[in-house]
Amino acid sequence: MRISEAWRVAVDALRANRLRSILTMLGVVIGVAAVVALVAIGTGTKQQIESQVEGLGSNLLLVVPGRLEAGAAATASTMTLDDVDAVTRVVGDRSRVAVTVASGETVRAGSRSSFASMQGVLETTPTVFVRNLDRGRYFTRSDVSTGRRVAVLGSAVARQLFGDRDPIGRQITIGGVRFRVTGTFEPLGQSLGVDRDSEVHVPITAAQRLLGTDRIDGLAIRAPDRERIGALGDAVVAALVERHPDTDFSAVTQEQILGVLGDILGVLTGVLAAIAGISLLVGGVGVSNIMLVSVRERTKEIGLRKAVGARPRDIGVQFLLEAVLLTTIGGVLGMGLGITAALLVDRLSPVPAAVTWWALALAFGVSAAVGIIFGVVPAQRAGRLDPVVALRTE
Amino acid sequence: MTGSPAIVATDVARTYELDGVSVTALKAVSLTVEADDYLAIVGTSGSGKSTLMHLLGALDRPTSGTLLIGGRDVTTLDPGEMAKLRNETIGFVFQSFHLLARTTAQDNVALPLVYRGVPRRERRERAAAMLERVGLAHRAGHRPNQMTGGEQQRVAIARALVTGPSVLLADEPTGNLDSATGQAVLALLESLNSEGVAVVLVTHDKDVAARAHRQIRMRDGEIVPA
Repeated sequence: MRISEAWRVAVDALRANRLRSILTMLGVVIGVAAVVALVAIGTGTKQQIESQVEGLGSNLLLVVPGRLEAGAAATASTMTLDDVDAVTRVVGDRSRVAVTVASGETVRAGSRSSFASMQGVLETTPTVFVRNLDRGRYFTRSDVSTGRRVAVLGSAVARQLFGDRDPIGRQITIGGVRFRVTGTFEPLGQSLGVDRDSEVHVPITAAQRLLGTDRIDGLAIRAPDRERIGALGDAVVAALVERHPDTDFSAVTQEQILGVLGDILGVLTGVLAAIAGISLLVGGVGVSNIMLVSVRERTKEIGLRKAVGARPRDIGVQFLLEAVLLTTIGGVLGMGLGITAALLVDRLSPVPAAVTWWALALAFGVSAAVGIIFGVVPAQRAGRLDPVVALRTE
Repeated sequence: MTGSPAIVATDVARTYELDGVSVTALKAVSLTVEADDYLAIVGTSGSGKSTLMHLLGALDRPTSGTLLIGGRDVTTLDPGEMAKLRNETIGFVFQSFHLLARTTAQDNVALPLVYRGVPRRERRERAAAMLERVGLAHRAGHRPNQMTGGEQQRVAIARALVTGPSVLLADEPTGNLDSATGQAVLALLESLNSEGVAVVLVTHDKDVAARAHRQIRMRDGEIVPA
């Protein structure tokens, strides 16, 4: 029998039991849709985090107290601005060093208020990280050294406090202390789970006075090039350890952060796909089951086909194609459903989703393979039926 | 083909294993079906006539003895080769017609050609010609449930003939038909026989058997004198 003929017979058989075919497919549809959608969510999340880490700027070195390793407890910072001066001497360029002391504060302007993340920083922040101003100007080195109470608002804070009015030059209070607005940031969105648009930047000296502390929380350095980033990190850590013999410090690069996050998300995506794969497997068992029922129901037909010259192979191929057709049609429908689900999640929820070609190709290949694997046993059973016995069946 | 016999069975026996007990359905039967034979195999149910027909039709293999169908020794063939042999030399007509329910008369008739690898177009042409031969050209597009029993059996005969077999094996071909329709079906088989196709009827109906040129009576798995 020609293969095109076998396809026609398989399609006819599926149409003869339309409802049963659809219900059988449903198992595969759901399984494939789950794989496609969950892999899309995993991939989308990974891409988003990578772009956020890369969006911070390039060749960044983050210096934090304590050791960065699994299970290590966070260490309270003992760094001060004096340490920053020491680090700056190691780096040799103040414009490449950024520091932060952060605190959640209520910011008011007239009767309006907004809860913002106050970031006490150096004037170097926009050159170390990627932060573009929408209006006005950032503060200067002299603003930092004199502890002047000036502030640059994130776009969300600016909108909440001033609406469409121009905030430049206006007075606000942060934690009850008066500041003057010198600029606003362009919208940046979320970054690693932090809403960058509800930040308010002020000179670190002013922030420390407001908070009654001389600590700094974190230190970031923009290395001149990728090659020297490791050596620079070692030198900075050494300088800090010399000043704080009892404390460990760690310097991590973006690549290291991305590597760790990528590994975690890769495992997570794999686990999600595996769970979805189980439902695909269950769908395959359903296909196998229904094919066995079909073979039994059509025993007489098989007997007749054999009597008029169908070889065991012809019958086997016919039933195998039927199973493969069930799962591949189910696979295509499942891909459609999975893509739709992924797009809806991406559009309607904060969870990002990215459908990739390789995931679709994999889902299609797996569904076809499921058809072959779960169709083989029923097909063999049909092919081996004794024509005498089959013809006698009523 | 005339001259050399269509089927030669020599000391053919068939035993079945049922729950570890061996049951002999056929004991050392010898039989020759000539190329232009019109033969009736009669006997009560359980006499072994169905088993004999399955063997003559290459649906089954003998436990012992030799069986030549179209000059080929069935005992040496695998199931695939037996299917090919059936397709090329045997036409089956069953009591219950065995037509595919969702398939038109024309496609039912064309079915054996599917397994011979004949292209679709040629299949349809040959099936249409065969339907015309059995007087059912006007039923080509109808499904079995739109036809009478007699028409269905004629479709089945057309299907048996479409491959140009040398032997027609008919198992109680009139069993599900009223007597007038049954007569018409037998007349059709007889006209085919006169055109040179060997016809083997399996029946328990004396009147049907009497129309054949010769009769073989089966009892307890053996041929007995008529």
